[in-house]
Amino acid sequence: MMIVFDQVTKKYGNGTVALEDVSFEVEPGEFVVIEGRSGAGKTTLQKLMLKETACDSGTIHLDGDDISKISARNLPLLRRKVGVVFQDFKLLSDKTVAENILIALDIIGISGEVAEQRLVELLKLTGLTNMRELFPSQLSGGELQRVAIARALAPEPKVLFADEPTGNLDDKTASSIIELLQTINNQGTTTLVATHDHHFLKNQNRRTLYFELGKLVKDSKKKDQSLCPK
Amino acid sequence: MSKVNSVFKSLRRSPYQSFAAFTMTSVTFFVVTIFTLLVFGTHEILVHFESQPQVTAFFKDQLTETQVKLLKDKLQATSYIKSLNYISQTDALKIYQQQNQDNPLLLEMVTADILPPSLEVSAHRVSDLPELAQILEAEPEVEEVIYQKDVVDSLKKWVHGLRIGGLALTLLLLLGSLLTLVIILGMRVSSRRTEIKTLSLLGASSWYIKKSFLIEGIIYCFVGAVIGWGFTYLLLLYLTPNLLDFFSGISLLPISIVFMVWLLGAELLGAVVLGFLASFSATRRYA
Repeated sequence: MMIVFDQVTKKYGNGTVALEDVSFEVEPGEFVVIEGRSGAGKTTLQKLMLKETACDSGTIHLDGDDISKISARNLPLLRRKVGVVFQDFKLLSDKTVAENILIALDIIGISGEVAEQRLVELLKLTGLTNMRELFPSQLSGGELQRVAIARALAPEPKVLFADEPTGNLDDKTASSIIELLQTINNQGTTTLVATHDHHFLKNQNRRTLYFELGKLVKDSKKKDQSLCPK
Repeated sequence: MSKVNSVFKSLRRSPYQSFAAFTMTSVTFFVVTIFTLLVFGTHEILVHFESQPQVTAFFKDQLTETQVKLLKDKLQATSYIKSLNYISQTDALKIYQQQNQDNPLLLEMVTADILPPSLEVSAHRVSDLPELAQILEAEPEVEEVIYQKDVVDSLKKWVHGLRIGGLALTLLLLLGSLLTLVIILGMRVSSRRTEIKTLSLLGASSWYIKKSFLIEGIIYCFVGAVIGWGFTYLLLLYLTPNLLDFFSGISLLPISIVFMVWLLGAELLGAVVLGFLASFSATRRYA
């Protein structure tokens, strides 16, 4: 899925500029790291992609569709195209691992044996096979992250957006999560990973978008070209 | 994963909230059932009193059969008459003897000659009684018409008041029940607004999110209706022997099982509508 941000600006009610004049394109199947400190605008990117909030100016196109023109009625269809691993996971605490994943399938009308089969695949992919009947409160941070990834992948989205997937995880667990995201990307899913963990990602040879205070200051795809206005 | 099963699972996993909601709906339907029975009972009692002989005409002398027939025909010609009963002097004595069989002194003192013959007239509606009384008073053979105008007027007012009041109170109670349920379900929905938000971000449609709350609301009301009805019926069965004496002569008790099953059916239907409306308005804010 092609993602195009064109001169996007987003300001919040209290006057905070979350994103300013941000433009970039992501090709289908790409793995893109969105790097920046807290408050750089990474989560706002995710919110704009899900149309959880609207931009003040500029346009965002997903798969050729201008998302500002998507009606409330068709909004669920847009959201099903973008799988999101939320920073706070947003897992349903009264549902088991399996139920949390199945609900994402149920939303798109997949149930019964087909859903069970997909669930088994996802549990295997994320290494959660033995934890399907556990509740979120019984899982570690890394396991919660894996459940969130499995749930995001359940409806087979064209894009996976992982917001701080390695935050608060030890190096070993974080490494396994990044490996998992790479595996998912290798299977053809466009993958965007928002992180502040530049130490961890600096050795990875991936396209990186650097954000600072809501501005896109550098796109590693454009070699030696700083986007930050001097 | 069936939606209903999922809702039941959710109810089991939050037992205290579910228990509170079930208790509230059960109490609401318990009150609704009791009130419905009271309205029904009051109606039956009023119908009973309305159907009692209400105008009695006493004659100067014993009437011949032809005279009685003429008078009956004249009254029947009006559309007000429910029943007519002529009581001759001999019949009056028999009734008197029956009523005073434990008092021989009173029986010895009275003979058929001193008891006047009478005609008991029952009307379809209480409001027709004044006109019937006028017709009877105009007859030359009639010595006196006993027509308790004040009692009838008062009864008419009560009948009217109770019917209007009963209807108004029923509507008020249903509105109260609806608001109570909206508050209960609203609290349930509010406590799960994070879940609603998450489902929405996962691509769930508004209807998908509302559906589970609608099912939940209907389950609360459905179970509440069965429990409320069941408790009322048990209470009624327990009290029936004592109430039978109190309502002797009025064909009110025991209340037939057919009526109670109809009432349950109506309540279940009402529960579905109430649960749907309450859940719908409770979820409108978040989904």
